Amino acid sequence: MGAVLSFPPETGDAELAAAHAAAASVCDPEVPVLTIADLGVLRAVTRNENGIEVVITPTYSGCPAMDMIAVQVDLALEKAGITRRKVRLSLSPAWTTDWMSEAGKEKLRAYGIAPPVGKAQGRAALFGVEEVACPHCGSAETERVSEFGSTACKAHWRCLSCREPFDYFKCI
Amino acid sequence: METPLFTYTLRLADNALVLGHRLSEWCGHAPMLEEDLALANMALDLIGQARNLYTHAGAIEGKGRSEDDLAYLRDCPDWRNILLVERPRGDFAFTILRQFLYAAFMHPYFERLAASKDETLAAIAAKSVKEMAYHVRHAGEWVIRLGDGTEESAARLREALEDLWPFTGEMFEVDAVEQALIDAGIAVDPAAIRPVWNATVDHVFGEALLARPRDGWMQTGGRRGEHSEHLGHLLSDLQFMQRTYPGATW
Repeated sequence: MGAVLSFPPETGDAELAAAHAAAASVCDPEVPVLTIADLGVLRAVTRNENGIEVVITPTYSGCPAMDMIAVQVDLALEKAGITRRKVRLSLSPAWTTDWMSEAGKEKLRAYGIAPPVGKAQGRAALFGVEEVACPHCGSAETERVSEFGSTACKAHWRCLSCREPFDYFKCI
Repeated sequence: METPLFTYTLRLADNALVLGHRLSEWCGHAPMLEEDLALANMALDLIGQARNLYTHAGAIEGKGRSEDDLAYLRDCPDWRNILLVERPRGDFAFTILRQFLYAAFMHPYFERLAASKDETLAAIAAKSVKEMAYHVRHAGEWVIRLGDGTEESAARLREALEDLWPFTGEMFEVDAVEQALIDAGIAVDPAAIRPVWNATVDHVFGEALLARPRDGWMQTGGRRGEHSEHLGHLLSDLQFMQRTYPGATW
């Protein structure tokens, strides 16, 4: 399973389509402008003999938002009238910022969080020199304050042009 | 009787949880705000890795034990972590140097474990390797900063190294339990990690003006359940709620 989500096939399965719409509308509790579909945390919505199954994957092993996301997906499906449902957590393949949609990156920037730069290609992305544009003024004159920010998925940066601090969504 | 795969998974999980707990002790006490966030973030990574590993260990064992049962309801002799991670947190130099020595080992270790024939271990490793890369870089940068910093920071780092070095040997130990799993393509052979770990350590120590100690007698026992008194004190803190209010949830 790569970047492409398992969207419900066009089978005329109305319940599956409703389930997908409901799950895809759930927002990340830490970054409320993004849905879990924008983030790539929502991996699949499928039907099996036990009903609807929604598969989600954590951004980081210790992401404390996962339990809440699972509960919110379950609630969203309940609201959509889906009674036979299951939310499953999958670790493989490991989440990468490459799964974040372009629309999602734009929403992040508008919210004041610099989106991940480039592709996560293992060590190159981690140990290369990052150039992160300020989400407020667009300046490339920025510097990293700390590798670790307000949540596991973000680093703390500041802009040397407009002097504003900002979060950078780490590229992994 | 524990199966080899259960013991092996538990060793990985216990290392992560005990070290994660040690890092979490810094929350609110780090030398500066950014470092407070960094240590808490790294603790969270390790505790997350431990949760995934405990869940897997519980499934392997097949007795219905959950991640919480394994973390909160085992006493010292049942813990399988290496002694390195249970040492008290010490000062900042000690904490950061230990983090570096551990992460420099676990990063290449998880890289290889991601190819394990055990699919769940492979999935957990593929996730964790990304996190450990950050730990190596962050802790490594601090080792350099402290070693090549002031007289006091360098002295404290040297002292920490003297204390920690005899505990590094246990990371590379292989016993019969593990050898069988290595032969089966499930576990990672730590001998393959040695050259990578040496290169990372030598590079950072070089920048940090830190002399690498000679390998002498190494401490051992944690992986067999023979622990220092420090683990008991750590567990009395970690397990307090479940011991005092069994089954409490919130």
